[in-house]
Amino acid sequence: MKPAPFDYHAPRHLKEAAELLATLPNVKILAGGQSLVPMMNFRYVIVDHLVDLGHVDDLRGIAVIDGRLRIGAMMRQRDLETSPEVARHCPLLAEALRHVGHRQTRNRGTIGGSLAHADPAAELPAVCAAYDAVLHLASIRGLRSVPFREFSLGFMTTALAPDEMIAAIELPIWRSGHGHGFHEFARRHGDFALAGAAALLDIGAGNVVRGAALAVFGVAEQPVRVDAAEAALTGKAIGSTAIQNAAAAAWLVEPISDIHAGGDYRRHLAQVLSVRALTDAARRAGVDG
Amino acid sequence: MGKQATRITVNGKSHARVVEARLTLADFLRHELGLTGTHLGCEHGVCGACTVLVDGHTARSCLMFAVQANGSEVTTVEGLAADGELSVLQQAFMDNHGLQCGFCTPGMLITLTELLRDNAEPSEAEVREALTGNLCRCTGYAGIVKAALDAAQRLRGGTPSQPSPASGGGR
Repeated sequence: MKPAPFDYHAPRHLKEAAELLATLPNVKILAGGQSLVPMMNFRYVIVDHLVDLGHVDDLRGIAVIDGRLRIGAMMRQRDLETSPEVARHCPLLAEALRHVGHRQTRNRGTIGGSLAHADPAAELPAVCAAYDAVLHLASIRGLRSVPFREFSLGFMTTALAPDEMIAAIELPIWRSGHGHGFHEFARRHGDFALAGAAALLDIGAGNVVRGAALAVFGVAEQPVRVDAAEAALTGKAIGSTAIQNAAAAAWLVEPISDIHAGGDYRRHLAQVLSVRALTDAARRAGVDG
Repeated sequence: MGKQATRITVNGKSHARVVEARLTLADFLRHELGLTGTHLGCEHGVCGACTVLVDGHTARSCLMFAVQANGSEVTTVEGLAADGELSVLQQAFMDNHGLQCGFCTPGMLITLTELLRDNAEPSEAEVREALTGNLCRCTGYAGIVKAALDAAQRLRGGTPSQPSPASGGGR
């Protein structure tokens, strides 16, 4: 249970980090280390070089820019959980963070690290799917912006090139007064979820849905937007029947089966948790279903 | 492979060492400094026994490399008792049968030290949620939760609750 030897690098600037990633052989990025270090301790991952982004100030900070909340990739999960900006502008993210691991791991774990690791049961990729976040990726070739639906490619697989890092995440800020809901089922608080759902609802006059987003996670190999549910809700008056009918579409997400839960159970959970997440979102948007 | 000069302040005392990059903070504390109060259960971030405070925040010391803590201030279980006097929380653990074999205790104490610092009046549910990242295989959570609530009350200036009978219900 000890990692194999490696060389450690602690760059202070983004450019320096990008150069290290482009030139060093068998190199990995160390963000918060809460997923990578266990894998190194088990020697599932053996690297020659580790580039610690913990000292790169360019990768930190929270700012509102042009109606979007921009979060530096190296922001600690705990800092986001307690951030007034996150609570005010992207409350879905604040709520989801309380389900991420434990306080001890959120004190170290980062948002960028979680997105790059891309565990199918992780909460933060699901939140990015619901918002269709834009990820800013940095390398020696410069910056490029990738929407989350093009970033998430499959089971623990992302669009990151080997020498690329996530620099920042941008979440679109939904209209003030929108509702959010987040539910997951895990055997114990802090465990990886067997399944979960994240929902956003923007509701206008006459309880008519102006915008809806529903993402389920832990069900398939990556977080999945339930387009059919969103389409069924949008433009119509919301209520408990509309939510029940729309959430039924979560059953159609092709589930994975493993020792923790069978596919049919995961699908069942996806549907039930979608109803709960949408119901919370509607309630917070001022509609009691 | 690469050794690095590292300076870490542990329980108020500064220590400089040249260490391998792969040395975890937990092994630095135990093997370089001889502070064996920090226990290693699983070494992959599940059991919480190795929890320490890094710059005032709990962290699993098996999931940090010592070189990452360069320049940081670390508090271990050895740093909780001032001048041989148990902290209020430690005393409450003793009085409420909050430990049996003692293996998980250092991590429990550090986790709860952070909780009680940030939340003077935690509910039982909040204590239990805080403890989800620390495993006790003697199944002694009842006594631990009781100790945490008792310590919170004592820290608020209330009178300590009556110590539980030695049988320690809930085990």
